[in-house]
Amino acid sequence: MLAIRMRGAVKRYGSITAVAGLDLEVPEATCVGLLGPNGAGKSTTMRLLTAQAVADEGELEILGLRLPGESKQARAQLGVVPQLDNLDTTLTVEQNLIVFTHLYRIPRGERRGAVERALAIANLTDRRGTRVDKLSGGMRRRLLIARALVHRPRLVLLDEPTVGLDPQVRQELWALIDGLRADGVTVLMSTHYIEEAERLADSVTIMSAGRAVAVGPPSRLIAEHAGAEAVEVYGPPARLHEVEAVASAAGLRTRRTGTSVALLSPEGLNGEVPDGHRRPANLEDVFVLLTGEEIA
Amino acid sequence: MSTLSQAGRPPAAPPQRRLRRLERPALAGVLVREVINFSSYWRSTTFSSTVEPTIYLLAFGFGFGSLVSEVGGYRYVEFVGTGTVATAVLFSSAFPAMFGTLVKRQYQRTYDAILAAPVDSEELVTAEAVWIAVRAGVYGCVPMLVAMCFGLPPSWGMLAVPFIACLAGFGWAGFGISVASRLDSFENFSYIISAVLTPLFLVAGTFFPIDELPDWAQVLAQLNPLYHCVELVRDAVFGWEGWTDLVHAGVLIGFGLVMWRLAVWGMTRKLID
Repeated sequence: MLAIRMRGAVKRYGSITAVAGLDLEVPEATCVGLLGPNGAGKSTTMRLLTAQAVADEGELEILGLRLPGESKQARAQLGVVPQLDNLDTTLTVEQNLIVFTHLYRIPRGERRGAVERALAIANLTDRRGTRVDKLSGGMRRRLLIARALVHRPRLVLLDEPTVGLDPQVRQELWALIDGLRADGVTVLMSTHYIEEAERLADSVTIMSAGRAVAVGPPSRLIAEHAGAEAVEVYGPPARLHEVEAVASAAGLRTRRTGTSVALLSPEGLNGEVPDGHRRPANLEDVFVLLTGEEIA
Repeated sequence: MSTLSQAGRPPAAPPQRRLRRLERPALAGVLVREVINFSSYWRSTTFSSTVEPTIYLLAFGFGFGSLVSEVGGYRYVEFVGTGTVATAVLFSSAFPAMFGTLVKRQYQRTYDAILAAPVDSEELVTAEAVWIAVRAGVYGCVPMLVAMCFGLPPSWGMLAVPFIACLAGFGWAGFGISVASRLDSFENFSYIISAVLTPLFLVAGTFFPIDELPDWAQVLAQLNPLYHCVELVRDAVFGWEGWTDLVHAGVLIGFGLVMWRLAVWGMTRKLID
C-alpha cells in the first residue's frame, strides 16, 4: 500500500515549470526524504499534496484517494507541518491545539484527550497556558509539529522541519520524527539538510529542476553514485586544480567542497592517491554529483 | 486507526464518502478559531466599536442638533442615532474583513494552515464572513442603544435591528474579503477606503437626508447598500413602510449574495494555485 503515489506530475506557473513530470512513491509506514537544492520544486510538491496547488498534468493519490477531487478526505488523514510558522501567536499553546481539534473534526468527547496527547508529544504540558509569542523558536516548532498530529494522521508532511534551528533543537526534533515512524505513521519530509535525510529517511528522492533524479535508500544511492570512500584533499587553489586534473585523467569524479576537493572512489587511482583525509562517501557527495549544486 | 480500512475499493468506482460543499464541521472549525481568537482581542474591538459611534452621535447629535432640531420629521439625535447603526455595521465588518483577511492570508499565513485541514476555501470564506456578520449584528446595535440613553423611545421594531445589521454586515464582510483577495498591501487599501467607502458612507442618509442632494447623488444613494441599511433600520425603529422595506431588504440580500460569491471566487483564486 502506497501512502503517496505521484505519476508524471507537472505544475507550471506561467513560463516556469516548478514540477516537471515528478514520480514519487511513499510506501506506508516509511519515512521518505525529499532532497533538492532551492528551486528544485520541493515546496510546490508539498502544495500539490495538500491540493493548495492543482497539478496541470499527472496523477496524484494520497492514501488511495485521488487528488484534487478527493483531497478533502485525504486532508482529514493528513498532518502538515509547514516550513513557515503559522501558529496563532496571540493564543496559548493549548488554544492553538484546541482550534485544530475542531478543524480536524475530532469528536467532542475525544478533544480533551487529543490535546493532552499533543501537549505530551511537544513536551509542552507545563506550557499549555503560555502565549505562543512567548515561546522559544524550538518550542514553537515542536508545537507546530504537535498541532499536525492532533488528529492522529496516517501521513505527515514535513516541509523543512528543522530549518533555522539550533543543533540541539534539531536533534530533539529528529527523535520526535523518528518516533512517529516507529508508531507506523508515514512521513514525507522535504529538507535541504542532507544529514537529516541520511539519519531519518528509509528512502530519499533527490529532486532537481522539478524532477526526481535519484530514488532509493541513502546507503544504496551512496554506493551507486559515490562509491565507498572519498578522499578530501586540502590545499591552495592551484593544488586543487592539479588534483582535479589527475583525477579526471584517471576517470574519477571529484567535487569541490569550498576549501577542498573530494575524490570519489579513490581506489581507481591504483595507489597513487594524493595525500588527504579519507572518509566514507556520504549522501552529500551523491547530492552534489547529481544536482550539480552545492547545498544552499 | 480502525476505521480507515481502504480494502475492497474498486479502482474505477466513483468517489466514496465524497464530502459535500459547505459542510457544518468545516464551517464550525473556522468559526471556533475566530471565536477563540476573539477572546484575545475582544476588549479593544468592543471599545472602539462602542466609543466611535458614541462620539459620532455626540458630535453630530449635539453639534448639528443645536442648529437643526428636526430632520425628516425626527429629532436630530434620533435621526443620527438610527443612521449611525449602518456606520457601526460598516466599521465593524468591511474594515476587519479587509485588514483581517490580508493579515491572515499574507502575514500570518493562517489560511495555509486551515486549508491543509479538511476545509475548502469556500467554507473558509463563508465561515469568516458569517462570523464578521454576527459581530456586526451586535456592534451595529450600539449606536441605537446610546441614542436610547439620549431619549430615543423604545419600539418593538428595534428587535429587528440586530438582524438587519447582521445581513448588511455579511455583505460588507464579503466586500472586505474580496478586496483583500485582490490587493496585496495595506497601502492599497487607501484607494478603496477613499474612493469607495468614504463616499458611500457620506451619501447614505446617515447624517443628512438624501432628498436634498442633487439627482445624481440620489441615484448613487439608491445603489448604495449602506443607504438601504440606514433606511431599513429607521423604518424598523420608527415604523415599517411595507413594500419599500421589502425592497431595502431585497437589496441587502442581493448585496450579501453577490459579495459572498465574489469573496469566495477571489480567495479561491488567490489561495489555490
